[in-house]
Amino acid sequence: MFTYYLRLALRALRNSPVLTALMVLALAVGIGASMTMLTVLHVLSGDPLPGRSAHLYYPQVDPRPLARGSDGNPEPPGLLTYIDAENLLHQGKAARAALMYQGGDVVQPPSGSALHPFVVNSRLTGRDFFSMFEVPFRYGAPWSAADDAGAAHVAVISQKLDRKLFGGADSVGRMLDFGGHSFRIVGVLAHWRPVPRFYDVDSSRYGEVEDVFIPFNTARALNLGVEGSTNCYGRPGKDLDTSPCGFIQMWVQLDSRPAAAAYRRFLADYSAQQHAAGRFQRPPNVRLDDLMQWLAYNHVVPEDVRMQAWLALGFLLVCVVNTVGLLLAKFLRRSGEIGVRRALGASRRAIFAQLLIEAGMIGAAGALLGLLLTWLGLWAVRQQPSDYARLAHLQPAMLVATLLLALLASLVAGLLPAWRASRIAPALQIKSA
Amino acid sequence: MMTPRPILSSLRRHKIAAFLIVLEIALAFAIVSNAVYMVIGRLQRIDLRSGIDERGLVLLRLATASKQNGSVASAQTDLATLRAIPGVESASAINTLPLSGSQWSLAYSLRPMRAFSDGVQVPVFFGGPGLLQTLGIRVIQGSAFQPSAYSDLSPKDVFKAFVNARQALITQAFAQRLWPHASAVGKVMYMGETPVLVVGVVSNIIQPYIGADAHDPANYYGVISPFRAGPDLNAWYALRCQPAACARVLKAGAAKLQAMHPTETLNAQESFTHMRQRYFRDDRSMAWLLVSTVIALLGVTAIGIVGLASFWVQQRTRQIGVRRALGARRIDILRYFQTENFLLATAGIALGCAAAIGINVWLMAHYAVPRLPVMYLPLGALLLWGLGQLAVLGPALRAARVAPTVAMRSA
Repeated sequence: MFTYYLRLALRALRNSPVLTALMVLALAVGIGASMTMLTVLHVLSGDPLPGRSAHLYYPQVDPRPLARGSDGNPEPPGLLTYIDAENLLHQGKAARAALMYQGGDVVQPPSGSALHPFVVNSRLTGRDFFSMFEVPFRYGAPWSAADDAGAAHVAVISQKLDRKLFGGADSVGRMLDFGGHSFRIVGVLAHWRPVPRFYDVDSSRYGEVEDVFIPFNTARALNLGVEGSTNCYGRPGKDLDTSPCGFIQMWVQLDSRPAAAAYRRFLADYSAQQHAAGRFQRPPNVRLDDLMQWLAYNHVVPEDVRMQAWLALGFLLVCVVNTVGLLLAKFLRRSGEIGVRRALGASRRAIFAQLLIEAGMIGAAGALLGLLLTWLGLWAVRQQPSDYARLAHLQPAMLVATLLLALLASLVAGLLPAWRASRIAPALQIKSA
Repeated sequence: MMTPRPILSSLRRHKIAAFLIVLEIALAFAIVSNAVYMVIGRLQRIDLRSGIDERGLVLLRLATASKQNGSVASAQTDLATLRAIPGVESASAINTLPLSGSQWSLAYSLRPMRAFSDGVQVPVFFGGPGLLQTLGIRVIQGSAFQPSAYSDLSPKDVFKAFVNARQALITQAFAQRLWPHASAVGKVMYMGETPVLVVGVVSNIIQPYIGADAHDPANYYGVISPFRAGPDLNAWYALRCQPAACARVLKAGAAKLQAMHPTETLNAQESFTHMRQRYFRDDRSMAWLLVSTVIALLGVTAIGIVGLASFWVQQRTRQIGVRRALGARRIDILRYFQTENFLLATAGIALGCAAAIGINVWLMAHYAVPRLPVMYLPLGALLLWGLGQLAVLGPALRAARVAPTVAMRSA
């Protein structure tokens, strides 16, 4: 029966090629536009570390002076001061923890190289950064705990920098001249591009990871500058480390809910203790977001992208309404034929099923064309200059979703016209035919 | 136009189809009027005045290893060399530039504040005596800094010195914010607890990083501090050149700097126009995306109208024949379908107005979208009326061609 309906539908579609083409085109354009934007949204709001993100937390305390008036942000600042960061690192009980900030400086190519000096960004952090975020290594390994403690002049470099400086060879043990200082390379990363670049929401959120990693303590000892934000709440002192200025991000790994609850209590206790000692003026005001909460709290997904997704859904709705109208026209135009079939004994249900199959076929054609348009749309998005644009690729899950959405849209669009056509009274139609 | 009465009674017999057209037009209207408004918002951002003389301004920036080199003294040598290039009118080393995307900001207020973050956050520009001339900023009231007011800023003392400036030039917009009814010259504002004397008011310059609302006067709040800067503070070398000579000046300047500093590197080398384009590239691509969506949406709506109208024409061929036989002219038939479409579009637009306002209210609550001005609604209405008439023209002409004899033949 199904194949019979299929054949009937094919014949009907062939009978009105223009109308059919218009319907397929309209549906495909709607599917293409909405799936393009939804794919971008999906890529950008994904989990950068699936399976691990639930155990990674971002602690915040509030060292600001008392607010005057009501215009201050009640939430604690996003960046830690050096003093608080060090205290939290040494007093807190976390499975792993790392302080970090972004720097940037000039790399002096090895002597004999034809390269010019060039500027790269650096991440100045602890060794737990690599294990906590499961950063893959191509050569070597993270530096040791002793390197962290002793502020050793060691560095991990990105695959990209290794290619540029050493042609992609195993450069472990070689020296890197960065910012006028010499560092022994202990590791080279394999390709790693978390999307979004969650660990630092203050700098390029969808950019690539930094090219040079240096121990946090080494960076502070050498006074390597901050490339990200520095927010001061009070009069700065002699240097950055003693100033009431936030510039450090901190991530901790807490493997269970009780551990997270205990850490939150620790943050509150620490704040109370600092309050009692007179260092904090405000009563304890802490936050401990897990990774996905932290991304949502910071509105990491660009607002434009969310708005585009809504726009695209509205667009799809218009296309579906349009398809409803066109299908209705198409089915009712065949009232005579339907009347004859009804008179020959086809039940309303049979007519309904047959017409739905016809709608489904239009949906299938719209889906294929829509997929092509989605692919084109994503290509167009990739031509945009934004950081995130280059990440917009069609993913298997979204591919399936596209096909299903198109089919569903066409079936939903077919329901009303098919129902309306199946109510056609046989006698009247035969008379008028 | 003919009287709508017979059309209405005919439409009553095609409730579903009529409702679908109305719905489609309403949805299209609601989406299009919001999207067009957003496009215009983007275009207005792209066109924002920077307040500086953009033509004939080129930029170079030297990156120095660990900020050990590149002090103010070495910047003065560099600037002297750059000024010697033919076609250069003035040169200055400036910490940040309008629309550069990265800024130094401090909070100022009318009363001393214990917390640094209390007050109005304002970007601070500094760069020695040449800054005003090089960027093309005018002093409107008061005067520029005395040469003796300037001091050097280096990474070592930046934390202490930067917040201790005792004098400032402020932009007109910021002056109006602090002292709406009086001249700002000679007044004192506070950065934390430090009093800062306003020695002059300068023409507005746009901030390095601007907010979502293009019309916010806060985009033009700015403070100029009397410091000299060097590459160790990531300062830009800004060169004012005769517009015709700029491309050559940029090339020559880059070559000279690289020759003077073989172990350092230039990490920026562009015209201000280029930097401006880069700053607004996301707005530009968003505008394009919205425009293409609107066009596609209108196209789909037109397809829907054409489809349903042709169906109607076909369904009513006999009725048209009868009317023709009874003496209706072709133009009457044409008018009939045009009026019908006009009525449906009007209903759709009325429904769409409500939806457009609803969508706008929702967008305002969730995103940085300003209120939809009422004038956009008639604009969208005209667009959809026009589209409807255009779409119905083909089917209506076909209807007008129906011969009166059809009525007798098919009966």
